[in-house]
Amino acid sequence: MSVRLAITALAIGLALVFPFIAPNDYYLSVMALVYVNALAALGLNLTAGYTGQLNLAHGGFVAIGAYTVGLLTVDYGTPFWIAFALSGVVAAGLGFFVGLLSLRLKGHYFAIFTLCVGSVITLLIEKWDSLTHGVVGVIGIPAPPGLGPIRFDTSIGQYYLVLAFLLLGLFVMRRIVDSLVGRTFVAIRNSEDLAEALGIDLMRNKILAFVISTFYAGVSGALYAGYVRFLGPDIAGVSRTFDLLSASVLGGLGTLTGPVVGTIIVAWLTQYLQFLQDYRMVVFGPLLILALILFPRGIVGSLELWAARRKAMAEPRAPQAAPLAGASENA
Amino acid sequence: MLDVQGLNKAFGGLRAVRDIDASFERGKITAIIGPNGAGKTTFFNLVAGAIRPTSGRILLKGEEMTGLRADLIARRGVARTFQTTALFDHASVLDNLIVGHRLRTRSGFWDALIGSGRLAAEERECRRKAEEALDFVGLSHIGNRLAADVSQDERKRIAFALALTTEPELLLADEPAGGVNPDETNGLAALMRKIVATGVTLILIEHKMRMVMELADKIIVLDHGEKIADGTPQDIRSHQRVIDAYLGADHAAAH
Ligand SMILES: Nc1ncnc2c1ncn2[C@@H]1O[C@H](COP(=O)(O)OP(=O)(O)O)[C@@H](O)[C@H]1O
Ligand SMILES: [Mg+2]
Repeated sequence: MSVRLAITALAIGLALVFPFIAPNDYYLSVMALVYVNALAALGLNLTAGYTGQLNLAHGGFVAIGAYTVGLLTVDYGTPFWIAFALSGVVAAGLGFFVGLLSLRLKGHYFAIFTLCVGSVITLLIEKWDSLTHGVVGVIGIPAPPGLGPIRFDTSIGQYYLVLAFLLLGLFVMRRIVDSLVGRTFVAIRNSEDLAEALGIDLMRNKILAFVISTFYAGVSGALYAGYVRFLGPDIAGVSRTFDLLSASVLGGLGTLTGPVVGTIIVAWLTQYLQFLQDYRMVVFGPLLILALILFPRGIVGSLELWAARRKAMAEPRAPQAAPLAGASENA
Repeated sequence: MLDVQGLNKAFGGLRAVRDIDASFERGKITAIIGPNGAGKTTFFNLVAGAIRPTSGRILLKGEEMTGLRADLIARRGVARTFQTTALFDHASVLDNLIVGHRLRTRSGFWDALIGSGRLAAEERECRRKAEEALDFVGLSHIGNRLAADVSQDERKRIAFALALTTEPELLLADEPAGGVNPDETNGLAALMRKIVATGVTLILIEHKMRMVMELADKIIVLDHGEKIADGTPQDIRSHQRVIDAYLGADHAAAH
C-alpha cells in the first residue's frame, strides 16, 4: 500500500515539475495532449475495461465534446467556460440515448453497432456544413480564459489546466471503480449471466458506465478544443478510438492507471520513432504485440496481478482447516 | 415455496421443457434428475428468469413471478449456482464474493462520487457478508487467494458462498458436485445439508445417484423435457419408467 502511495506521489510530483525540466515548449505540448487523450482513455476504459462493453464510438463522443466548445464559442459567442461545462453534459446526454439503443446488444454486436455510431458521427460532422463547418473545420476557438490570477493562454498554463483535469478525472474514477458501483461493473464484465443471477440490473448499470464514460470523452474533447483551437472532422475518426484502445490495452484495460501509463508510453514511443515516418507502424505494431506477450494484462494489470499473488502467498495458511471441518460434517 | 404450473419452453421446434407441474416445499431438498439434454438446466433458467417460458406460470410463495427479469427474481430471494462458475480469476476469492450482497444495497454513482457514509456502511456490510459466507462454506483460510488458484472443490464451495451472500430463500444448484472426487462429493453434500438447516429451500440438479438418494427429500425425473416421475427416493428407485428411461438396466440390477 505504501509502495503504491509512493509511486503515486512520485508520478504526480514529476508531472508537476515537468514544465521546469522539459527542454522546450514542444515537450510540454506533447505531454499536454497526452493528458487530454489519457482523460478520454480513462472513460473508454470504464466501459471497455471495467464493464466489458467495447464502445468503438468513443472517439465520436470526444468529437462531440470538442465541437460543443468549438461551435458554441465561435458561432454563438458563448463564454468558453460555459461551453466547456456543457461539453461533458452534451456528450453524456447523447451517450445516454446511444447506450439505451445499443447496450441490449451483447459482445460483438455491441462493438459493431458502436462502430457504426462512430461512423455516423463522423459523417454528420463532415456533411452537416451549416452546423459544423464540414470539412473546413472550426477555426479560431478561443483559449480558455484565465480564472482570477491563473492564465491558460500560455503553454505552461495550458499544461497545468489539462493536468488538473486528468488528476481530477483519475480521482473521480478511483472513487467509482473502488466502490460497490465499480464492483458491479466488474461483475458484469466477468459474466452477465452470473451478474444478473446475483440481482444486478444489467441495463441500468451498463448505461451508468456508458454515460460516465461519454462524459469523460466530452470533457477530453473540450480540453482538446481549447488546446489545439482548431477542429476538423477527422477527430471523430474510428482510428482515434483504436489509438485510445491500444494504448489502454498496453497499459492495462480494467486498471485505474493503465490507460494513462499506456497513453504516455505510446505518445513518447511515437515521438522517438518519428524518424521512421510512414514505416513507424512496422516497428510499433510488433512492439505492442511483444509487450502484450510479456504483459498479457497490460503493464499495470500484470504488475497488479503479481502483487496480488504475492499477497496471497504471504497469507498464513490455516493448515488443513477446511478438510477437517468437512470431514467432521460428514461424520 | 415454489410452484410451477404447465411450464413450457420451446427453442424453435425443440420443446426443452414440456408441461411441467411441480411444487417444491419450503425447507426441503428436491433433486431433479434426468439424462443429458432432458431440460434440467432449462428448467432452472426458467425459474431464475434467465429465459422466459413459452407458456405456464411460476409462483414463489404464492406470488406470480412468471416473466420477471432475473435480477428482480434474485432480489425476491432466488439464488443459483451454475454448472460452471465464472469467477473473476485475477481477483481474490473474497473480492469475488463482495459483490454478491450488492442486491441488498442502494448506493449509486452519487454516493461513490461524494464518498457517502451510506456507501461506506454498505461496503462494510458486503465485506462482512462475504467473509461470513466464506466461513460458512469452510474456506475462510483462502480469502486472499486468487480465484485462478483454487481447486475444483473450492470453486464449487465458492459458488455456494456467492449464492449465500444474496440471502436467498430458494437456492438452485446445477450439478454442484460435478467434477469433484467422492470424498469432496460427501463434503459438498454435508454443506448442502448445512445450508438447508438454516432454512433455505434447495433444488439441485445432480447426476451422482448415490448422493441424490441420500440427500433428497423428493426427486423429480425429467426426460425429453417431460416430468416422467416424482416422489421420494424410495418411490423413484422402484419406478419402472425411471429405470427404463434413465437409471438403466445395470442400475436396477445393482439394487
Ligand atoms: N438457449 C438455448 N437455445 C437452444 N436450445 C437450447 C438452449 N438451451 C438449451 N437448449 C436445448 O434444450 C435441451 C435441454 O437442455 P438443458 O436444459 O441444458 O439439458 P440438461 O441440463 O438437462 O442437460 C437440449 O437439447 C439443449 O440443446
Ligand atoms: Mg444441464
